[in-house]
Amino acid sequence: MTTQPSRPATGGHTGPAASARTAQDALAAACADLRPADPADAVAGVLPSWVASPATTAEAAATMQAAAGLGLTVVPRGSGSRLSWGLPPRSCDLVIETGRLDRVIEHASGDWIANMQAGVRMERLAEVLGEAGQQLSLDVPTLAGGDAGTVGGVLATGMAGPRRLRYGTPRDLVIGVTVVRADGRVARSGGKVVKNVAGYDLGKLFAGSFGTLGLIVEAIFRLHPVPAATAYVTRECGTAAQAAAAVAAAVQSPLQASAVEIDRRAPGAPVMVSVLLEGNPSGVPQRVSLMREVLGDGAGSAEEAPGWWGHGAAAASDGTLIRIAFWSGALEAVLDALDSAAAAAGLEPSVGGSPGAGVLYAAVDSLSEPAAVAGFVSALRAAVGRAAAAGFPPARGSVVVLNSPPMVRGVVDVWGLIPGAALMQSVKDQFDPDHRMAPGRFAGGI
Amino acid sequence: MIETLIPAMTEVCGADGVITDPAELRTYECDGLTSHRSIPALVVLPENAEQVAGVVRACAAAGVPFVARGSGTGLSGGALAPADGVLIVMTKMKKIIEIDPASRRAVVEPGATNLSVSKAAEPFGYFYAPDPSSQVICSIGGNVAENSGGAHCLKHGFTVNHVTGLEVVTPAGEIVWLGDGTGAAPGYDLLGAFTGSEGTLGIATKIVVRLTRIPAAVTTLLAAFGTTGEGGAAVSAIIAAGIMPAAIEMMDALSIEAAEAAVHCCYPDGAGAVLIVELDGPEADVEAETKAVREICEQAGATEIRAAADPAERAVIWAGRKSAFAAVGRISTAYIVQDGVVPRTALQDVLDRIAELSAAAGIRVANVFHAGDGNLHPLVLFEDGKPGDKEAAEELSGAILDLCIEHGGSITGEHGVGVDKSRYMPKMFGPDDLDTMQMVRCAFDPRGLCNPGKIFPTPRLCGEVPGVRRGPHPLVASGLADLL
Repeated sequence: MTTQPSRPATGGHTGPAASARTAQDALAAACADLRPADPADAVAGVLPSWVASPATTAEAAATMQAAAGLGLTVVPRGSGSRLSWGLPPRSCDLVIETGRLDRVIEHASGDWIANMQAGVRMERLAEVLGEAGQQLSLDVPTLAGGDAGTVGGVLATGMAGPRRLRYGTPRDLVIGVTVVRADGRVARSGGKVVKNVAGYDLGKLFAGSFGTLGLIVEAIFRLHPVPAATAYVTRECGTAAQAAAAVAAAVQSPLQASAVEIDRRAPGAPVMVSVLLEGNPSGVPQRVSLMREVLGDGAGSAEEAPGWWGHGAAAASDGTLIRIAFWSGALEAVLDALDSAAAAAGLEPSVGGSPGAGVLYAAVDSLSEPAAVAGFVSALRAAVGRAAAAGFPPARGSVVVLNSPPMVRGVVDVWGLIPGAALMQSVKDQFDPDHRMAPGRFAGGI
Repeated sequence: MIETLIPAMTEVCGADGVITDPAELRTYECDGLTSHRSIPALVVLPENAEQVAGVVRACAAAGVPFVARGSGTGLSGGALAPADGVLIVMTKMKKIIEIDPASRRAVVEPGATNLSVSKAAEPFGYFYAPDPSSQVICSIGGNVAENSGGAHCLKHGFTVNHVTGLEVVTPAGEIVWLGDGTGAAPGYDLLGAFTGSEGTLGIATKIVVRLTRIPAAVTTLLAAFGTTGEGGAAVSAIIAAGIMPAAIEMMDALSIEAAEAAVHCCYPDGAGAVLIVELDGPEADVEAETKAVREICEQAGATEIRAAADPAERAVIWAGRKSAFAAVGRISTAYIVQDGVVPRTALQDVLDRIAELSAAAGIRVANVFHAGDGNLHPLVLFEDGKPGDKEAAEELSGAILDLCIEHGGSITGEHGVGVDKSRYMPKMFGPDDLDTMQMVRCAFDPRGLCNPGKIFPTPRLCGEVPGVRRGPHPLVASGLADLL
């Protein structure tokens, strides 16, 4: 990976000529834990000058306010596990890391909610909530190295795992959020009760915003019980058509699948289809036998997940990871589109993910020619566009390059065309008028 | 002033689609909350998105405020147009455009009623899960504006969890899609921000909703208790057992009395509280959970437990609950329906405090609530015409909201803020919170013409002239584009 220094701080009250010393003093006055950045702090190849680790919301606000005064560009960071996703920032003077904001503030188990700071690790949260038999129902895939990220990072990237079919994504589970705005002011919306329609829902707006609107410092989530019984029903399908039929039968059955996943190592290879059933111990066994009939030939069941479960979104940390979203009924057409785009580009991507929820991930290894990957992505976009085109809305799907090596990023349109981009730009201009928050990381150059 | 708009509106909507007659305009002076009234200057009834856009553009050009209205069943005055404004009534746009059972999606127009979507999906084995009590008449567009819930949102979620795409007319009169129906569209979740924004960010003209499989089994239990305290203990035990019912509703003695008088629902005699618990899902799971809930209710001191296994029996159990709001009309000449939320674990404390306030003020309060999610609907009863009674009831109703805030809850769980509760917003949120929310408003509607005067007690000055950008466009700045 190439690292290049960020361009000097621009705008704000100090010109480019302002001394780095003055900026460092101002930041250090705001945040006790401030250090010069080292190469490991690079954000998708862009090296910041400093890393600040505030320990409280007040300290985070003071840091953001100082950065605003100095006109510094800022990139928020959780565990950093998905920091290479999206596009590199146009500039990054300061990384604000949430690692010290690591308190689970309140777990109200009787109310099925938990309030936590943004830097809490997903694994640790699961431990804390698990003591009361509860969970945040986001089975975010762990990346190589066993890192599922932080609460704030998961919210900012909008990540969810296989069980998105039943529980949705972070935006469906977040009920309150506290953010520090680009100008350093602290704002919250929502609250501690699940049912609440007072005011605009900033939690949804910040979910999936990739750090471009502000810094998430606290989040409140609704929780669910850890199911008393779980089982996986799995079968191998010889063709894409068979797999699509099995997935359709599973999601349309009244057996309440919590997740329906597929995995295919390469075009033409068999497709594994697996269904997660959750519930009470007296109900699950019966549903397992019914689901085996639904999936058909050779379906087996186990208490443990198949080895490939949830790997679709975690694969290829050094390669290219592409997310395809579509109306789930178009699965067979989407798999065909993947095959034809791969054949045209001479690539053999693996495919996995949550087709029942209309989300698949295609992974291309790091050795593939950048031009071939770019060709694959545009062919896929066109084919998915055709497969999904029918009535309203005019586009019923999207193809986004989540992660890619720098050489690929240079030649591929990472985000593609986004409907509503002009309104998104207006929102960005309101929240971050000087475009200092993770500039250029997001869709449409935001 | 408004007269000058009439020819343009007639050109857009046709003569049939424009109402100017003062007597007819008066029928649109309020929504379901009749204590707030305002007669719009003009009413239009567009038939498609292009007409809505045409109306909005004409309003924007003239600087005239405009407000969209669905079926008018809202309970916070959210669909009131100012006296100098245009009311855009969406009831002609009620087509079910598409049912896609394979993708579990429906595409509908905003004027379609909530129930009509479920009816259209039923032949395919699906339903539309959010079910506000007014589902027979309320519109999907109104549900989107209010992020409506309903008795079953405890398990199945709110409107925002079931809407995956919106075609909207922006306050500038442009037609834009938010979300693509997948539920995984890239970019900011403007769909999520728009849903529940009470009509202040634009007007939805097509709506993609998620459809939910009709559950294999549904059981409805009715359990009678001596007190709401005992009923509340049963609710806590159900939740603690890790059971997630589709609905848990409670009614206290006064609301039971009212329901009996109105619909003769034959709830158990002398009950201090009744609990309705509905469980849905796969058969074996529902059977096991039903058994567990029965045992919990017995242990909590239930005096009687009835179970409904078929739709007819279920309707009997629900009849009392669903009639409760209207039924209090039998025991009081007038009443205020309040909507507040407290953490479920604070329910009993708050109910006790409400009882104290009620006794001190000499104002009766009937409690009906979604016990599973702590959403209270106290019905504050008063005598119309009795001097000071209405004021005392309003004061008590406001004090209940203070209790909700004090306990870390919300001033509204499903009825919205509208004009009715905007003055309570500063009690729940600080100035920076409200200012930040209004940045979203400024992004969508910098001139504040779209449903003005709702949610926020004081509008934010948006500062910038719309369309004028500060600094270079990011695509230009990044070198990806020279000019857009």
